[in-house]
Formats: sequence, C-alpha cells, structure tokens
Amino acid sequence: MCGVCGCGDHETRIEEEGAGRAGASMKEHTHTREQMTESAPVVRDDPAERGTLLKVEQDILGKNNAIAAHNRAHFRSHGILALNLVSSPGAGKTTLLVETLRRLSGELTMAVIEGDQETSADADRIRATGVPALQVNTGRGCHLDAEMIDTAFRRLHFHDGVLFIENVGNLVCPAGFDLGEAHKVVIASVTEGEDKPLKYPNLFAASSLMLVSKVDLLPHLEFDVDALIANARRVNPGIAVIQVSARTGEGVERWVSWLGAARAMAAATA
Amino acid sequence: MHEMALCLGMIDLIREQQASHGFTRVRRVVVEIGALGHVDPHALAFAFEAGARSSPAEDARLEILEVPGRAWCMDCSESVTIARRGDPCPNCAGYTMIVEQGEEMRLKELEVV
Repeated sequence: MCGVCGCGDHETRIEEEGAGRAGASMKEHTHTREQMTESAPVVRDDPAERGTLLKVEQDILGKNNAIAAHNRAHFRSHGILALNLVSSPGAGKTTLLVETLRRLSGELTMAVIEGDQETSADADRIRATGVPALQVNTGRGCHLDAEMIDTAFRRLHFHDGVLFIENVGNLVCPAGFDLGEAHKVVIASVTEGEDKPLKYPNLFAASSLMLVSKVDLLPHLEFDVDALIANARRVNPGIAVIQVSARTGEGVERWVSWLGAARAMAAATA
Repeated sequence: MHEMALCLGMIDLIREQQASHGFTRVRRVVVEIGALGHVDPHALAFAFEAGARSSPAEDARLEILEVPGRAWCMDCSESVTIARRGDPCPNCAGYTMIVEQGEEMRLKELEVV
C-alpha cells in the first residue's frame, strides 16, 4: 500500500491480454519528493506529542555495500577474480560450473562458494572435482549477502585465482545485493521462457554476461534464442552473450575465453 | 523476500540514529524507493510492520516516496523518463539507454519523539 495517501497497491500491475505494456495505467500514480513536502500534511495522532524531524539520507543497503566494497578490495589485492553466478533454480548453474572446473583444473586456481537455502549437495558436487568449495546455507534467506561472502572467504584461504560464487537460485533478490564480485554472470536456460529478462529485468541489467545454457536441447524445443538475447539487450544493451551446453561442451571454450579476458582485465586494473 | 532484509537494514539505521540522537520512539519513517529498482513497496510495507516489532520504530508509519525512473538515451543524447526497465525510449523507441535514476533505496528522514 502507498504510505503517502493510502491509495493501495499501486505497484500491482494488471495487464489484460493484448493490452501490452501500455496497459500499465495503475503505475501512473506516483509521488515525487516535491509533491510529498507540499501536499501531504503530516497527520499527528497526538498534537501534544509533536515529533522532531531527523534528516537521515542513508542508503538502506549501505551496510551491505560497505562490506561488498571491502570484499572487492580484498579480492583485488589477493589477485582474485570473483564472479557472482545468478539464475533461476534449475537453469544449470552447478552443472555448468562443474564442467567449467573440470575444463580448467590444472590451468587455474579456483574456489567456489555455494549458496543454497538448505543442503550441501551442490558443494559436494563441486568438491568431487577436487576444487575447494564452501556451502553457505541461507536458511530462509533468498540471497547471499556481502557479509556471508566475507565470512566464507576468510575460511577459504584462497588467492590468485578465480572465485565462483554460486548464488541462491532466484532471479529477484540477488540483484540488489552486491557481494564484491567483479561481474555478475546470469545463466538463462533454453527450457525457460524467452521473456525472462523482461520479467526479471534487474538481474539481467546488473549482469555483465548472459550464458544461455542447455543449448543442446534446442532441437527438441520451440525456443527462440534470438528473442531471448533481444530481450536481455532491452534491459541491458551492453550485456555479452555466450551460448553453452555443459553436456556437449558447445560454447565452453568461448566461456573460458571470456573468463581469461575478465581475469586479465581484473589484473590490469588491480 | 528480500524486502525483509531491507527492513532489518532500516531498523539497524534507526537504532544507530537513536544512539546518536537519543529519542524514545519513531512515529514516521520516510524512505525513497526507485521505480526501476527491485523493491516492491507493498512487500516493503508488509515486512516493515513485522520487522519493526520490539524496535524503536514499532507502530511507526512508513511513507514510501517513489523516485521516478530516468535513463540516458544514447541514440537521442537526451535524458528521458521511463516507467520501468525494458521500456523503450519515449522519443525514438530504442533501448540503448543507461539508467540514471530510479534505483534508490534511501532512508530519508525520521519523525521522532
């Protein structure tokens, strides 16, 4: 509900079939700062108890952002490229990660921080490749935050390599929480809808690279890869795209090249 | 629901303010939320009611000011208003834009007693 005038649920958008995005008329109701101070009087329930106004002007995520900045500085000084892998549940993050670790073992020093609400199943899959992995269970939490990464990283004793952070499978919440990573990498599988970037724009907007996963399944699906890429670029014109299949190995070399370029960039600007 | 995490962040900020200003309780909390961000104001209000319990902001009124979305259109070389991410430039219908404003999540002010 809108706390200014009690107009209720103006974020809820009801769009009829065929009305398209122009049908979002409920969204028109907004309050700017100016309207607020000029036209919305403070209703005081008890006039005798007149409140004092304190100007705060602080970012609500300020604490997370400060820890993320600390993590970022730490990663830089330790020669670490940190990547935050985000996707919906079941997009194939862990499978692709396991394949990547196998491909690069012996070439690169790597470590993984796994985020899930429950179980250590994913960390177990990672450790089976010989790469050190820490599982962070967020319990009821729907995303990793910078403090969890700080705590986990201290236990990894890791430097000069690539740190993969596999976030909780969720296309909403991880968008807002900077972990100190160099890049977010979003994984979108071809078994999902082409409109995922439009439905969950913040995560696609925050990512440097989109990996289109499970492309070996394309012959069996009615999935328009070009539409997915066009939608991703609607919310993020600069996003890089690589199509991959962990099963056939298609595109994995390109992904490895991207990793190499990202490492070189991180080293050059450290 | 990350709105609960945001509310707990707000309560932390409020407690810090209480430590430095020494008020008894908060009557009104004003936050700015960007229209292009990832915060659902309805979920934030719901979470705040629960998250503020046993804090100085218990029963405080939450006022959410929406900051409109603005983006720089690289094709028009102009700053334009957009209602949400993924919307085209209102001038050229293109999508080559960089968001300039609308991702804010700020605790703006508190009315305290």
